[in-house]
Amino acid sequence: MDLFEKAALVTGASRGLGAALARSLAARGANVVIVGRETEPLKNVESEIHRNGGHAFALAADIGEKSAIHPLAFAAAALVGPIDVLVHNASALGPTPLRLLLDTECEDLARVLDVNLVGPFRLTKIVAGSMALRGAGTVVHVSSDAAVAVYPTWGAYSVSKAAQDHLARLWAVELGEHGVRSFSVDPGEMNTRMHADAVPDADPSTLEDPARVAERIVRMIEAGERIQNGARLEAASWEGAS
Amino acid sequence: MIAAAWPRSAPDDERLLHVDPRRARIADACVRDLPGLLSPGDVLVVNDAATLPASLSVEGADVEVRLVMRLGSDRAWRAVLFGTGDFRTPTEHRSAPPLFDVGARLRFGAELAATITAVDADEPRLVDLLFASDGAALWSSLYRHGKPIQYAYVREPLRLFDVQTRYAARPWALEMPSAGRPLSWSVLTELRRRGVTTAAITHAAGISSTGSTSLDLRLPMRERYVIDDLAVATIRAAKARGGRVVAVGTTVVRALESSALEHDGELAAADDEATLLVGPGFRLRVVDAILSGMHPPGTSHFALLGAFAPSPLLARALEHAERTGYLEHEFGDSMLILVQKDP
Repeated sequence: MDLFEKAALVTGASRGLGAALARSLAARGANVVIVGRETEPLKNVESEIHRNGGHAFALAADIGEKSAIHPLAFAAAALVGPIDVLVHNASALGPTPLRLLLDTECEDLARVLDVNLVGPFRLTKIVAGSMALRGAGTVVHVSSDAAVAVYPTWGAYSVSKAAQDHLARLWAVELGEHGVRSFSVDPGEMNTRMHADAVPDADPSTLEDPARVAERIVRMIEAGERIQNGARLEAASWEGAS
Repeated sequence: MIAAAWPRSAPDDERLLHVDPRRARIADACVRDLPGLLSPGDVLVVNDAATLPASLSVEGADVEVRLVMRLGSDRAWRAVLFGTGDFRTPTEHRSAPPLFDVGARLRFGAELAATITAVDADEPRLVDLLFASDGAALWSSLYRHGKPIQYAYVREPLRLFDVQTRYAARPWALEMPSAGRPLSWSVLTELRRRGVTTAAITHAAGISSTGSTSLDLRLPMRERYVIDDLAVATIRAAKARGGRVVAVGTTVVRALESSALEHDGELAAADDEATLLVGPGFRLRVVDAILSGMHPPGTSHFALLGAFAPSPLLARALEHAERTGYLEHEFGDSMLILVQKDP
């Protein structure tokens, strides 16, 4: 997919990988709606993209909030037109330090599922209807190693990401015949605030720069049919990355 | 006819009255039968406009503002003012709104305000507004403070998601393009599997009632529409292979026929405003058939159906619908006016 003048929406875009994805998409000429809960950091990303000659539109919203999703989807379409690329990057870890399942409050699990699974489902349900009608569009789910591997204390996040990977496959199976693509991508361990929250004692020098990971993910979007619909990809080892 | 008072949860089961104008026949069906009523090669054209939260309450005054037409930018709108009364009051029973002068400022909430830039000479409740904000800030606050336009026959206030089709994108419609409301993705998928293609146009469907009899006579107002190259190609390809163009709703008819009238009878890509009125005797240049709601005689929607079938047949169809319990209005049952192909 040529991203020039395409309409993109990236959640969790106020910092880290989401902000880097928004910058990479805008650098290719896409009109990018950036979404985050906090207005200030989101506005900073918007201004930075404008300074670099790109087009970005900041909409503050909490993806875990049911009533936020329709306003978000339609305000986005008002600003940039029908969405061509939807990136589900917003993610909740749950309370940190991470804790054992037996110490996890049910409400905390529900909140993590709301942000990482139900919110993305709600948003895709609106956006992908118009993609399917027009016969084109790509939905990207930012996943994690924890979707596949079983790490103690990562429970709530882990089950949400495993379910999200499956959601990505199911969208592909149901929407493939309408020209809509869906995949999930494990970005690997990056030097982000979320990683610091989850693993406070990690050595930052061993962590990947989110800007480099974002570039690889944007190339996956550009790769279109060269990526199998519904695939689960790893940014670090993706062969199209070079 | 009885109004459907609330969105129903199983649209595929909603009723669909098939009217065949050539054989002067009517037949009962339901929405899930639609794929079998169309033929491979036909094209179904929908209006993909999402429905705006076009109703705003003025702070500190018992005044409702309904946006009725965008005027050249997202900040500038024509609007109708309504006085005391809530959604349970039929618009014609609402009290007249207070009169505002040019320059008056209306506040709708913390971050949303507008200035009145013009007042209609004949209809002082019809005003032009300029919002103070623009872009993402304007859209965020419009969605925070606005509500969808309500209907007196609906049993509870409608929420934003109650008035959307399953493929809505840009929020241009002031009221729901409701003919497409019953189309589920199960039906749309079945249509495509049977070789019926689909195309989308975007048309800013207007409001149905202004609360003023004289102002209602000016409906529909100019309505912006966009037909893109993909839609033109899809519709032309269907016509070239002998397929029929089935419009979902009166807005699609107005957009496609407006474009054809502007371009020597041929459908062309357009970003324009529809002013066309379609009725009995109108020669349709693009559209062959229509899927529509149940529209009672005397409405502009009913008049438009007259371009597809003779009035006596439509009257007979509505009489049958009435007698057999079809439901009307935005959440009601459907009518398909389509010549059945010979088996």
